[in-house]
Parts: sequence; structure tokens; C-alpha cells
Amino acid sequence: MNRAPHPGSGQSSRQTVHLDLAADVLAHPEQLAGLSLAHWDRLVRQARQADVLARIASRLESEAALSSVPKAPRAHLEAALLLAQAQRDEVQREVGHLARLLNAMGLPLVLLKGAAYLMAGLQAAQGRLFADIDILVPRARLPEVESALMLAGWATSHHSAYDQRYYREWMHELPPMWHAKRGTTLDVHHAILPLTARLHPRSELLLDASVAAQGDPGVRVLAPADMVLHSMSHLVHNDELSHGLRDLSDLDLLLRQFGSRPGFWSGFVARTETLGLQRPAFYALDAVRERFATPIPEAVTTAASHWAPPRPLAVLMAALWRRGLRSHHPSARLPGTSAALFALYVRAHWVKMPPGLLVRHLATKGWKRWAGNDSPGSAARG
Amino acid sequence: MKVSDLSDAALNGLLLGDGLPLRTGPVVTRLRSAVPTVAAGLRLHYAEHTVEAEEGFCDFDVAVVRPRGLRRWWHPQVMFSFDDSLPFAPLPADQGFPMLEWGMNWCFTHHCHQYLTLHAAVVERAGHALILPAPPGSGKSTLCAGLVFRGWRLLSDELAVIEPSTGLIVPVPRPVSLKNQSIGVLRTFAPEARFGPVVKETLKGEVAHFAPPIEAVQRSADKPAPGWVVLPRYVANAPTTLQPLPKARALMHLVENAFNFNLHGRSGFERLAALVDRCGCFEFTYSRLDEAAALFARLADGTLSS
Repeated sequence: MNRAPHPGSGQSSRQTVHLDLAADVLAHPEQLAGLSLAHWDRLVRQARQADVLARIASRLESEAALSSVPKAPRAHLEAALLLAQAQRDEVQREVGHLARLLNAMGLPLVLLKGAAYLMAGLQAAQGRLFADIDILVPRARLPEVESALMLAGWATSHHSAYDQRYYREWMHELPPMWHAKRGTTLDVHHAILPLTARLHPRSELLLDASVAAQGDPGVRVLAPADMVLHSMSHLVHNDELSHGLRDLSDLDLLLRQFGSRPGFWSGFVARTETLGLQRPAFYALDAVRERFATPIPEAVTTAASHWAPPRPLAVLMAALWRRGLRSHHPSARLPGTSAALFALYVRAHWVKMPPGLLVRHLATKGWKRWAGNDSPGSAARG
Repeated sequence: MKVSDLSDAALNGLLLGDGLPLRTGPVVTRLRSAVPTVAAGLRLHYAEHTVEAEEGFCDFDVAVVRPRGLRRWWHPQVMFSFDDSLPFAPLPADQGFPMLEWGMNWCFTHHCHQYLTLHAAVVERAGHALILPAPPGSGKSTLCAGLVFRGWRLLSDELAVIEPSTGLIVPVPRPVSLKNQSIGVLRTFAPEARFGPVVKETLKGEVAHFAPPIEAVQRSADKPAPGWVVLPRYVANAPTTLQPLPKARALMHLVENAFNFNLHGRSGFERLAALVDRCGCFEFTYSRLDEAAALFARLADGTLSS
């Protein structure tokens, strides 16, 4: 991600303490009471950059504690809440449009990630911001779905031949679509991991196990264990970790909510093995427990230990995740974060593509960036 | 403490180190920069503005910096940093001060959703605010600048900031920016205006800023009620005319010129409707600033015949 160079001689004295306040207050909300103005200053910056400001605000609001926040930072929390509410309204409207479209084709609307959390009324929707809506459709019906979307006013992006091929042949989704009139963005997935990746969790299994989000059977979300596994696999395959802390917090909230349901954990272990997502689950459970002390039963931890890589690699990866799944504001960064983010970026590509393809892909992207025509949205919108 | 109370060494120390915590109306911005034109601009335009305590809370953390690498030296550029990320493409290095101003506007309109904010100039006289909503090119900035030197207090040349709970207008007094011919027009109309350097070849053409009058900065806690909504239009050689504007059209115009209307939903609509209800709403065409100023003086006095 783009980090600003510092004017003058270098780091200011504010940035010598590597305190991830944003993660700390998410894990321990009681710390919010009695924060100094200087701490609020740091927290608002970190949280805004990590996209968790609205979540912190929402938590305070639900405890009727917003009024005890000092006036100046409180304005930012209230502004974040307003933004989150407006986005929730927009997602709900958009889900309505999409449900009508897909149901008319005899397909259910199966939502993923943020939109799914919202429509299913889950804790993980608390204070969440939405950049786009993610849906899952059967691969066989993808051309039909894409046509119907375009007729309804959705346009594709990434018009270069290379980008189209990247998405359609290698990845697990269409190029992002955006609605010309409503301005919303839609990601149409046919799988939760790329076709070229080493892991192949079968989409049919996910679709068959999907459940109604609330009352309407036409609007569905993944089954709880699948939703958790998707969150985990997305986390460890993501090459762009600016939302890493937010995604980890989502996972923590999902696990706390589902974990209290009888049968969830035993079903989760079995499902992880059925879908072949053991390694991502190992890393994600380790990271979420370390960051948020998420309650995970001993039996699950024992099972997960069999999913671990060789010990040296496990230690290295834990150090990388510790740096990557954190607020990236300079006041929160641990030493070695730039290197860690680079390593995770390379690794994410490595696990998404076979080596030969990866080398060609990175070379092409590098060339396009130099030649100046590589920004994802540049060809899409005017 | 004001910016003018800081020695050059102290000001530079803050700009190169922990940042200058600068208050502009309701918000405090921590500013850092090693770019000389930015420091000079702060000295000229923000002399009267308050410097807040270093260990307090700042709403925005911004910097105008030069890039690492090639573009630091070759066709040098500057970049605007917000909360340590870079939201915009770089600009040529001589555009450092305008970039700061545009960046600070962006910070406000993108984050201060506790207010309902319109793209409009606002000035005040006798306790009532005159709101001039308009897209660029309408002549609103020139008109606003002229009125500021003919008895009207500047609240802002860009941002009409409405406090949702009260409907009052919140001042954000900052340098006024003018483009191209307007610069010359205002220098003639108000020789006392304190202009900074003219920056050429920006995306908007030639741009210059003049310092907000001292009274505007000193009274920045003074929030007036709205009095008039006037849609300005500069037309070369046109007579000065003020026509009543139907309230429904005035309301739609405000909605179209709002930055964050969609976030305020129904209560935002009701707030703007209430504003339009209590305001005199007009369309205004002009070509001469002196005639415009005279007409608005009569509007403020209530001596304008309808």
C-alpha cells in the first residue's frame, strides 16, 4: 500500500510506540473508557485506516457509552456510524434488486462476506463498511447470470484482454461489475478460491448447504461452518491486507456467535476436512485466538494442530500474520511490517497460481504498471 | 496561541517534526511539510488562526511531501498525505499550497458527516448567512470574494456547513481561492486583499489565494442562522438582476450541491427543506462586482424593493 514519506528528518516522536490500539480496543472494549485525547487521536487514525472505526463506534453505541467519549473524537465516531448506516441501507436495497433478478432465473441469491453477515443479522455485520457485494453462483450458469446482469444495467470492468482472461480463466470470479445508475459494485464468484489455486473447495457443496439468510428462501448465505471457512480461506489467500484486521475481527465475531451453537465445532472440523481447507483453518484459528482470545474448544485446537505446516514454517507464518493482520498506520506497525506484507503478497499469489503462471502474471502486471495502464478501475469508469 | 506568535524556527520545527495543530473553525488539522511554499502560505494565510496544544486530539493528520525517488528531483512533484496514506495523484512541486487547500477541503467533505455540507460559498451580515451554492465556473467565488470586502463576514468560499440539530451555519474561515481572470478583478476591486503567489498551470488554470480577513477568523465560533439562498451566475456584460426562485427549485439545487446528502437521509431532507422555508431564495445574474455588492447590501438592509 502507498505509504507517505515523512517530511523533515524522519519519524516524529509520536510514532515510536508500536501500539495497535484499534485491535486492543476491539479485543478489550473496556479499555475505551478513560482513554486520553492523545490515545483517541491515535485510535481514530488507526481504526479509520483499518476500516474498524464504525465497529468501535457501534460497540460504544450499543453500550450507551458514546456520550462519555470526549467531544472531538466522538464526532468522528458518529460520522462513521452515519456512513455505516447509509451503506447498510444501500446494501439492503441492492440485495433486493439482485434477488429479484436471480430468482427470476430460477436461481437463489447466495451472498458472501459482508452482505451475507448483514442479511443474516449476524454480529459480524456490526459497524461494517461495504465496498461491494459478493455473490456465489453455479459456474455452469455464469454466462446466463452475467447477461442478465448486463441487461439490468450492470457493466463489467477491467476491459483489457489480459485482465479479462485473468478473471475468467484463472480466478474464481467475474471481473468486478458496477451498476451504471446506482453506482454499486458487484463481485460474481463461482468458487471461493481461484481455479488455479492449489486448494479446491467444491462450490456445489457450498451451494447445496446454503441456508436462508432470514425469512426469504430466495436470499441465502453459506452455512455457518462454510461461512467461517470462507472467511478463513479469504484471509490467508488475500494479497491485499489493508482490511486484514477488519477481516480477522469479522472471523472473531462469527466464531463467537456460531461457537455457542450446539454441534458447530464438531461439524466445523469435519467440514474443514471435507472442503480441504485445513491449512488456512490452522493459520486463521491461530491468528484469531492470538489477537482476540476467541474461545476455541480444546478438541478443535488439537485437531487443528494436525493441520499445521512443519514447525519452522508455522513460526515464520505466525510472525508474518502478526504483522499483516494489524492496523497498518505507522503508529501501530511492528518492525518488519513492510517485509512481512511483501512476503504475504508474494505468498498469496503463490497459493493462487502455479509457479509458471505466477511468474508470467507478475511480469505482465509489472510491465503494465511501468507502461502506465494498469490501474484496475482505469478502463472501467470515465 | 496563534500562528503569528510562532517564530520561524518554532513553526518549522513543528512542520518538520510533530506537526502544527491548526484550528480552522470546528476542526483541528495536524500539518507537516518540508515544502517552503507551504510554510510561506501558512505564515500569510493562517497568521490569525489558533495553534492547539500538541498533545490534544486532531481531526486530521495531513502532510504535503515530496516523493521518494526520481520525482523528488526530476520534474519535481508534491503529494498530499492523509492519515499516512496518499489519496491523490501527485502534482507539480510549485502547487504545494493549493494542494494543501484542496486536500483540507477533501478531508472535511469526506469525513465530517456530523454536518450536512454543501458546495457553496457563505458570507454573513447582521446575523444572517447568505448561501451561494453553485458548481465551479458560476462566478460564486468571485462574488463571495467581492462581498467579503464590502461589509460581509466570510464563513467559507467552498463549504456551507450546516449543523443538523440547529440549522445554524458553521464557519470554516480559510484562504479564499480565485482562478484566472478573477484574480485580477479582485485585485482591482479590493487592493487591500492579501494575495499569495499566483500558481500557474494547475488543473483549474491559474490559481491564487488571499488571506481570510482577521474578523472572519476571530469570529469563527459565531454561527449565524441562514437568511438567503442565492444562485449566482456570472454573465459577461449582463445587467445585475435578482429574481425570486421558487422554493422547491431552491431545495433541489441545494440537494444537487450537497456533498453528503445521501448520508443524512430523511432528516437531511427535512433540514434542507426547513432552511429553504426560512430563507429568501433568488437567482442572481451579474457582470459587475460593485453593482452586485450594492444590491446585496440593500438585500441585507431589507431596502430592496421586490
